[in-house]
Amino acid sequence: MTLNGMTLNGMTLNGWLQILVFCGIIIALVKPLGGYMTRVFNGDRTFLSPVLRPIERGLYRLAGTSEREDQHWTAYAAGMLFFNLAGFLVLYLLQRLQGSLPFNPEGMAAVGPELAFNTAASFVTNTNWQNYGGESTMSYLTQMVGLAVQNFVSAATGIAVAVALIRGFARASGKSIGNFWVDMTRSTLYVLLPLCIVLTMAYVALGVPQTLGAYVSATTLEGAQQSIAVGPVASQLAIKMLGTNGGGFFNANSAHPFENPDAISNLIQMVSIFAIGAAMTNVFGRMVGNQRQGWAILSTMGVLFLAGVAVCYWAEAAGNPLVHALGLEGGNMEGKEVRFGIPLSALFAVITTAASCGAVNAMHGSFTALGGLIPLINMELGEVVIGGVGAGFYGILLFVVLAIFVAGLMVGRTPEYLGKKIEAKEVKMAVLAILCLPGVMLTFTAISVVLPSAVASVGNAGPHGFSEILYAYTSAAANNGSAFGGLSGNTPWFNITIGLAMLIGRFMIIIPALAIAGSLVTKKTVPASAGTFPTDGVLFVGLLVGVILIVGGLTFFPALALGPIVEHFAMIQSQTF
Amino acid sequence: MSQSKSASIMDARILVPAIGDAFRKLNPRSLAKNPVMFVVAVVSALTTVLLLKDLVTGGASLGFSFQIVIWLWFTVLFANFAEAVAEGRGKAQAESLRRTRTETQAKLLSGDDRTKFKLVAGTSLKVGDVVIVEAGDIIPSDGEVVEGVASVNEAAITGESAPVIRESGGDRSAVTGGTQVLSDWIKVRITAAAGSTFIDRMIALVEGAERQKTPNEIALNILLAGMTLIFVLATATIPSFASYAGGYIPVIVLVALFVTLIPTTIGALLSAIGIAGMDRLVRFNVLAMSGRAVEAAGDVDTLLLDKTGTITLGNRQATELRPVRNVTEQELADAAQLASLADETPEGRSIVVLAKDKYAIRARDMASLHATFVPFTAQSRMSGVDLDGSSIRKGAVEAVLRHVDLGTVATGSTRASGETVREIQAIADEISKAGGTPLAVVRDGRLLGVIHLKDIVKGGIKERFAELRRMGIRTVMITGDNPMTAAAIAAEAGVDDFLAQATPENKLSLIREEQAKGKLVAMCGDGTNDAPALAQADVGVAMNTGTVAAREAGNMIDLDSDPTKLVEIVEIGKQLLMTRGALTTFSIANDIAKYFAIIPAMFLAFYPQLGALNVMGLQTPQSAILSAIIFNALIIVALIPLSLKGVKYRAVGAGALLSRNLLIYGLGGIIVPFVGIKAIDMAITAIGLV
Repeated sequence: MTLNGMTLNGMTLNGWLQILVFCGIIIALVKPLGGYMTRVFNGDRTFLSPVLRPIERGLYRLAGTSEREDQHWTAYAAGMLFFNLAGFLVLYLLQRLQGSLPFNPEGMAAVGPELAFNTAASFVTNTNWQNYGGESTMSYLTQMVGLAVQNFVSAATGIAVAVALIRGFARASGKSIGNFWVDMTRSTLYVLLPLCIVLTMAYVALGVPQTLGAYVSATTLEGAQQSIAVGPVASQLAIKMLGTNGGGFFNANSAHPFENPDAISNLIQMVSIFAIGAAMTNVFGRMVGNQRQGWAILSTMGVLFLAGVAVCYWAEAAGNPLVHALGLEGGNMEGKEVRFGIPLSALFAVITTAASCGAVNAMHGSFTALGGLIPLINMELGEVVIGGVGAGFYGILLFVVLAIFVAGLMVGRTPEYLGKKIEAKEVKMAVLAILCLPGVMLTFTAISVVLPSAVASVGNAGPHGFSEILYAYTSAAANNGSAFGGLSGNTPWFNITIGLAMLIGRFMIIIPALAIAGSLVTKKTVPASAGTFPTDGVLFVGLLVGVILIVGGLTFFPALALGPIVEHFAMIQSQTF
Repeated sequence: MSQSKSASIMDARILVPAIGDAFRKLNPRSLAKNPVMFVVAVVSALTTVLLLKDLVTGGASLGFSFQIVIWLWFTVLFANFAEAVAEGRGKAQAESLRRTRTETQAKLLSGDDRTKFKLVAGTSLKVGDVVIVEAGDIIPSDGEVVEGVASVNEAAITGESAPVIRESGGDRSAVTGGTQVLSDWIKVRITAAAGSTFIDRMIALVEGAERQKTPNEIALNILLAGMTLIFVLATATIPSFASYAGGYIPVIVLVALFVTLIPTTIGALLSAIGIAGMDRLVRFNVLAMSGRAVEAAGDVDTLLLDKTGTITLGNRQATELRPVRNVTEQELADAAQLASLADETPEGRSIVVLAKDKYAIRARDMASLHATFVPFTAQSRMSGVDLDGSSIRKGAVEAVLRHVDLGTVATGSTRASGETVREIQAIADEISKAGGTPLAVVRDGRLLGVIHLKDIVKGGIKERFAELRRMGIRTVMITGDNPMTAAAIAAEAGVDDFLAQATPENKLSLIREEQAKGKLVAMCGDGTNDAPALAQADVGVAMNTGTVAAREAGNMIDLDSDPTKLVEIVEIGKQLLMTRGALTTFSIANDIAKYFAIIPAMFLAFYPQLGALNVMGLQTPQSAILSAIIFNALIIVALIPLSLKGVKYRAVGAGALLSRNLLIYGLGGIIVPFVGIKAIDMAITAIGLV
């Protein structure tokens, strides 16, 4: 019997082995990458320092920043907001003016104001929601100077904020949580850039195009002329995955053969989505002086991740009973690339939505109801399962604050995490951040589904159409960027509201997170005792999983019931939408 | 106050007035203090208005709407009732305290002469006035004894009828207004103005009139308000979602879903938990000056305990006689007993008993021996007897040796041999090392040997400390002994650390050191020199017998003046926090079942496929919604006893404690409502309510 021969409900052993190999690689990367990043953010010497240190110092001199000058959380937040606002304006203007700017061999016209707003918001917030087709809208200059730069710095912003929050736990009785400009520079220079260079080389070797030349013209077998889009794809691809941005060079994203040629490039892409986010837990563990704390957080993410993969893979492999009734065996291959198949498409979908990446190698809208439910839930939980680089980590720490606050009381002490007491201010900020996600997702969806002009954009009827709108706002507010397909999002209403959802979903979480860091850093660190709730064991992992599912998930139960859940039960009863 | 100790939770004297109070508390101003219940009251009022409108215009399913509205109001009333019951227990205590605060006449002195006073009303006294209180008089207000000594009946505040001594100077100088002088007289300088006396504060505390929300309670309220907002979003967006699907959800159903989802259980019981926590301390005869102090008690990391009276019995006892060479134990025992016959101190008596029990020397009568007692003085630091021309002395080793030297010079008799002196010192050192106190015995200039006085560690205290260690609390013993003695007793008692040769200054600096490490420190004290440390400690328990300064510095007062109570105080603090956490967890976990009851019922009309989510198999959509809201209201009542009694604390370590509580209140919180809602559904369907 071959490996492929053993199946369970359509799932194959081979499929599961591929999933486990992926998990194994991520776990193996956590310590080395985490160790390296810890040294970088502590300002210690690394093997890249001889090359990068002079550049780093030059940048500080140029900007007039002193790297020794630590900031209060408000100064940190102000720097972060200022930097992102500047990036937003530059990106907006680049799009509006691209027609008269260089590096535009295809002569792309200026992008309209609403779409430019949406795209600027999208890339500044690390969302990369694309209401446009890359190869038919953006000039090379916009792609490289605008989008690619934001891909780097929006990722670096996320990492910086996470490091600042970690310092809140790691430092005691202080005032400052680090220097935003330094953290920003270091994450770009020492972490993102070197890894991207390596990854770009790898993608080029695997056949991904990397050129500034014009699109290639080809004559097809029928004798027709076809323009084949190419461009600086490999470099864009490297940062799109590593920085959990997800914005594809091509409209088809990583389902496009130039953007994801084979199984190896697919594996590298999946690994690079999770690598930094997973390693962040180790940076945390090292900085607070107990790596087990980091592993506990990673385990929590792992449990939620594997549960999602299992459901999604199972649902896709089981397929659609309506199709089976027509005599077609097998799982649901609609909207999937044959070269990846069901397990890798399901795995990719869960990874990309768990990690706030949003790149896709299959069409999520074509998944079965339950298969499509998992990506939705991943995003609704606030992208805390690995999550966006940095963003996932500060996101899950907000849930940790809540979980510790509620359950920590049950050991009979004022709740504390890593020796820091969790009090009114932390709870207030965590609640504020956690509240803003459902606020944005549900409110905009509720308005859109009764707005005739918005409903007109929906591609499918019934609950599936509902899911399309819910998915759009969920993806935007969670800064994921993947789409459910079917929805024509390039309308003024969706461009503006989705743009706002992305901005709120990003900064209304970052600011409370930094406020928590600022409050924690002033507190003393209470030494652990037998009376302290241990936060590095199975119990804590179970508790955190429960709180994330209940607090994060229950909010969306009514909406999900009216979308994917009812669709699933309808499918069982032979009804599709 | 003692009679109220027996008041059980389900006492009709408390329950009946609480029902009235539950309605009185519908006053919006009192409801506004509790965000969750305030929101419930607002939506209840809203649905009532809608129901009335439907009654006039003749809407559909009025009976169902009527029942929902009724249960919504019950939810609010049950919450008010819980608070009223908790307060009721305090009120009963306050009532008995008020009876002691009857109008008293004070004998105000104008000069030093204690016979020249004028009668004034007790309430007119000002701080600094000096009054005379004589046998039979009620002390008019709190004060400090400036002259005289008297026995005072403090049953009014402690419930203990045995009189206590109050005297000027020292650590027993504080008197409390409302207590009665039984014998003799005292001059008292008034330290509290009318309305702010100890009894006034006690009444306010037990009534909960001055109850301020504690830091943790504030944080929890923020969380609950946040969760309420989240569910506002979750339910307020449903009509729009439903209309997209071509359906319509009645407002009353939305309100029912909303009220069942928001954390009403903990919201309703939160203030009752807080009041009950304070009340538990009061029943324990400890007064916490603020709820903050009770919470801090649960967080305590380090406990400072005085050795004498807390860890060891107040008195040392003779346990062994160590003669020098050429002296028999019998000879030493005889001399030691004779020297102690008239010594009324517990140490002295223990020597007589030891000689009798171990060496069969019966106690003799001083008079028949024609012995004269030489009492202990601070100068000689010895005591003893003179009889038949011979003198026997016992005392501190250095004092006895000096006495022997002086005696030698005076009488010209043979000097005590250097060898014997060295032998005595060696024995004394050995005893000190073992944690004991050596007393040398000398007869007519001849050194006989040493009595070993031992500190007796209280029975069971070692287990107590082991328990504290499991709770994660470090114990530090405070003693005036030298480090050697302290170390030995510390080891025997099983404390984690000790502070020897303690002075008020190094006590204070020890507390500051611990606090600098981020720890919370608890201690108890009674003397004026304890006041700075009591004020510095996070939990400072002043003994009721203590001085005014100590009582004002501490944030708790122990009416029984029993320092071992610190341990229970810590447990009560932990219990308070645990109860809050447990009920919050329970409340949130409940939501899963409620969703499964209401969501299918809500959407069934336009998405019949969602009937598959009705995992409990509830009869009809109406019965499902009604069952959920009834469960939601009844669970509040069902949990009142738990919120008043508190979740039991076990010193098993945080991990074990948490997994236990998570299992009961987390997992239990998920399962119980499934069962409860199903049962209610069956019941209301059976009696035909829907």
